Amino acid sequence: MTAPVLGPGLAAGPLAAGSLSSQGHSFLSPTGVEIVFVLVGLAVLGAAVLSVTTRQLVHAALWLVVALGGLAVEFLLLTAEFIAWVQVLIYIGSVVVLVLFGLMLTRAPIGRSPDADSRNRPVALGTAAAAAATLVTLVVDAFRTTWVDLDAGTGSARATGSSLFRHWVLPFEALSVLLLAALVGAIVLSRRDGDRTPPRPPRPRPGRAVSAARRTPAAPVAPTATPAAPGTSANPATNPATPPQER
Amino acid sequence: MHLAYPAVLAVLLFSVGVYGVLARRNAVLVLMSVELMLNAVNLNLVAFDVWLRDTLHAGQALTLFTITVAAAEIGLGLAVVLMVFRNRGTADVDRLRDLAENAEPADGADDALPAGHPGPSRAADQEKGRAAA
Amino acid sequence: MTVTLAALVPALPALGAAAGLAAGRRAPGFVRPLAVLPVAASAVLALLVALDLGTGRTLDAATRLTPTGGPAIDLAIHLDGLATAIAVLVGTVATCVQVYSTAYLRDDPRYPSYAALVSLFTAAMMLVVYSGDLIVLLVGWEVMGICSYFLIGHHWETADARSASLKAFLVTKLGDVPFLFGLFALGADAGTFRISGVLDAAAHGHLGHPTLVALLLLAGVAGKSAQFPLHTWLPDAMAGPTPVSALIHAATMVAAGIYLVARLLPVFLLSAAALVVLAVLAAVTMVGSGLCALAQDDLKRVLAYSTVGQLGYMAGALASGDRDAAVFHLLGHGFFKALLFLAAGVVIHAAHTNSLTAMSRMPGLRRRVPDASWTMGIGLVALVGLPPLTGFFTKESVLTAAEHAATGEALTRGLGPADAVPAAAGWIVLVAGAVTALLTGAYATRLWLLAFHAPAARPVVSALAPDDAAGGRAAEPHAMRWPLWVLAVPTLAFGVAGLRTDWLPSLLDGGSLRPSSDTAVLGTGLAAAGVLVAYTAWRAASRQVARAQADAANTALERAAAEHAVRPAGTQAAPEETPADLAADLPPARPAGAPPTHEAIDAAIAAAEAVALTPDPARTLLGPLLTPATRGFGLDRLYAAVFAAPTAAAARLARFLDREVVEGYVQGSGLGARLLGAAVRRAQNGNAQAYLGALLAGAVVLAVAVAVGT
Repeated sequence: MTAPVLGPGLAAGPLAAGSLSSQGHSFLSPTGVEIVFVLVGLAVLGAAVLSVTTRQLVHAALWLVVALGGLAVEFLLLTAEFIAWVQVLIYIGSVVVLVLFGLMLTRAPIGRSPDADSRNRPVALGTAAAAAATLVTLVVDAFRTTWVDLDAGTGSARATGSSLFRHWVLPFEALSVLLLAALVGAIVLSRRDGDRTPPRPPRPRPGRAVSAARRTPAAPVAPTATPAAPGTSANPATNPATPPQER
Repeated sequence: MHLAYPAVLAVLLFSVGVYGVLARRNAVLVLMSVELMLNAVNLNLVAFDVWLRDTLHAGQALTLFTITVAAAEIGLGLAVVLMVFRNRGTADVDRLRDLAENAEPADGADDALPAGHPGPSRAADQEKGRAAA
Repeated sequence: MTVTLAALVPALPALGAAAGLAAGRRAPGFVRPLAVLPVAASAVLALLVALDLGTGRTLDAATRLTPTGGPAIDLAIHLDGLATAIAVLVGTVATCVQVYSTAYLRDDPRYPSYAALVSLFTAAMMLVVYSGDLIVLLVGWEVMGICSYFLIGHHWETADARSASLKAFLVTKLGDVPFLFGLFALGADAGTFRISGVLDAAAHGHLGHPTLVALLLLAGVAGKSAQFPLHTWLPDAMAGPTPVSALIHAATMVAAGIYLVARLLPVFLLSAAALVVLAVLAAVTMVGSGLCALAQDDLKRVLAYSTVGQLGYMAGALASGDRDAAVFHLLGHGFFKALLFLAAGVVIHAAHTNSLTAMSRMPGLRRRVPDASWTMGIGLVALVGLPPLTGFFTKESVLTAAEHAATGEALTRGLGPADAVPAAAGWIVLVAGAVTALLTGAYATRLWLLAFHAPAARPVVSALAPDDAAGGRAAEPHAMRWPLWVLAVPTLAFGVAGLRTDWLPSLLDGGSLRPSSDTAVLGTGLAAAGVLVAYTAWRAASRQVARAQADAANTALERAAAEHAVRPAGTQAAPEETPADLAADLPPARPAGAPPTHEAIDAAIAAAEAVALTPDPARTLLGPLLTPATRGFGLDRLYAAVFAAPTAAAARLARFLDREVVEGYVQGSGLGARLLGAAVRRAQNGNAQAYLGALLAGAVVLAVAVAVGT
């Protein structure tokens, strides 16, 4: 377990330029980078722990921002600048914003909510602790004598861009299609109920059982039965089989 | 830098994410914990890429892809959560018990249809559940 | 030629049976010819074979049927005087029975199957008689058993018939299992299943275990020939139709056991113990059945017990070492017992009841069935054993044989040494035979008097009401009459014919069948004594009954006269003549001058009829033994308690174990699976986080396991 395993999917080029020997490096004399890394790492961890344990739901999102930001700093320390800025832009910029919007739209309570944690806490704690212990042991044991050469420049925008558009074009394009699909899917999913199912189901009066026969055979999240939404243009490209429905 | 630092940090972040996924009640918070896990993976990828320094820059490219996919995923995930909230009136994963053996109907929303009503298949399952009980 | 004819003798009735079963529903017109003709043809052929074979000759023919690991089984025919004589008996009786049945069962919807089974039975008995191989004999033996089962249960709508047929089957099977093992032992000892081979081995002393073999075979004989202790099925088997009783349970099937012992007598003569056992069985059977016959109310049961007793005579003769006497009695008994049963069938048909008590209240029964009553009389005289009828000669030959054995000079006629028969066996048979002769006389007389002499016992009734003799001849159709007369001929003449040494005795083993003078006197004297005793007791009982009836009638007349005196004038009924003997019986206190009215006479008759006494001599003769004798001395109850009840209890235990224990495990496994499923299903609570938690925990465990393992 002392020799690290180079995965089969890695570069066919020259082998790792990382050093496997410990000449000149010693664990007991950390460099400055390491110290900063550890400190920021502690901050990240702390923010993450707070994010998953706090009872105030919005605070959890905000702590997530801190954690993600800390991670961006870590990326910088690891000489991957482009990744760091992408992290900030995408994750902090849009993902967390989306999360906050999600919290808002699902009427998350402001202030403490007593039932923020489910009853699975002990199991979750156990599993997480076990996973952590296992993986830490594994990792430390595997990379006991592995040092990383931190030379600036390999994570620059130029280097990343050229590698991306030279070697990773196809996945890049596929990913754009994926993004498009996600976009369309999100739009479709978030339409209102009444636009989808003709006839429009009446509001249930209190006490009256709703019969199953009224519902169409479609499951509530089935995106296939989609009549034209009022006011929005139909997407014949995505729903060619559905005849135009009456209002 | 010793490789253990980023690797261990990634592991711990991942574990925190696991805890969060399993322990949080609100669906959005679960998604947030998933983001934590993805970020841990990203950190791992970057650290190993920097260590290996291969010509393909595979680690960093994959990190970009992971970020992209995560973004797409959270978008769709939140759309699903919103739909669930609209139909069931709650975003608590604890209350979404349709997978249960005798699926009890979830609490009804003040809006929309009463919960527990996906269609005849669910009703048939309920019949079966009642008959077997 | 003879062999061909002999092969046809069993084959024809079997084919007739098959054809009858096939034609039963489709061509009902053919059923009666197919019932009678093959059996009649077979009887004629048997007679031809007997005549062709003559005396003093034996014929063997065999073909290998199947090899086995040990002694092979041959399809063999062994013809000698013994076999041919019995075959003639079987053929004659079977033909008479088939003809009789065409009238007796005229209206029976199951007649085709009945006739076919009777034919099949006849074929099986012929096979037993002609067979030269023990296993082929066993086949015939068992086929007879199953035919008996079916025929006893012919009226299977009644519970009596069902249980009787099952009882007959089971009791005979109880004897047949040791019988089978006896055959195997015999075959193993002798190295062959051929009867000639077995007898050779016996003669040369090659049989290693004669006593064991003989005792095992005796078990089967006791079952089949209804000897104690396996005799309980025969009285109950009277639930079957009367012709069946005549054929199977009087003349033929029950004789098969006697035939077997006669055939294998050299083997039995090798074992003194077996002979003593046989003698004891015969003695107990004879005396016990005689007592039971004296107490029975059912006409057929009397005849059944009588059969058991007469079979005991034959067994006793065999125990004394003399098979000629046994076969002589077998032949004679076959004829007169079949005659008795068929005549009884006619009587029962006419009286519409089996009960002697009821018949003793039927005046004019004799006038209604004259042929039956005459032939029954002949048969009963033969049964009692009065000269010059068959029964006298045959029974005396048995007693002579017993006497000779008792004095140490058994009449084994060359089949074995004379001292092979222990004297004790002879004495036992002699004493029991004498007692039984007395008892036979008594019960035969009782039967005759109770069934046919009712009018003499009821003077009041016959005086008051003229009986209608016009009922008449319609009670006896022709087909039921002439078999009776056909069988009456040998009943009269067979015994005398047996005295000619160049005919019957030379058919058997030679020697003479003449009775010795002292046993003749003893036997006949005791039989006559029995007759007289029964008659006297009957007279006494009849007088008692007549007195009681007269008293009852007088009381009724007085009462009627008193009412008559009180009645207002003008309402008198027409006066009737007063018969003379009524005046003789009535006391003079009758109101003078006023003849008894019509209603008074009716009331008197009714009162006389209501007297529940029967002039049954059994009550005086048996005394305290009456009730046990009626019930067969409790043997049925004993068997039920000793065999049937534990078996039923074991069956209940087995059912309990199966249902509660084994089934419990089966159901428990189902229940366990359901509980397990329910327990596992509780994990499906719908909480996706729980599922995910389990997944991740499992993944961690697996990772650790892999890491530690490698």
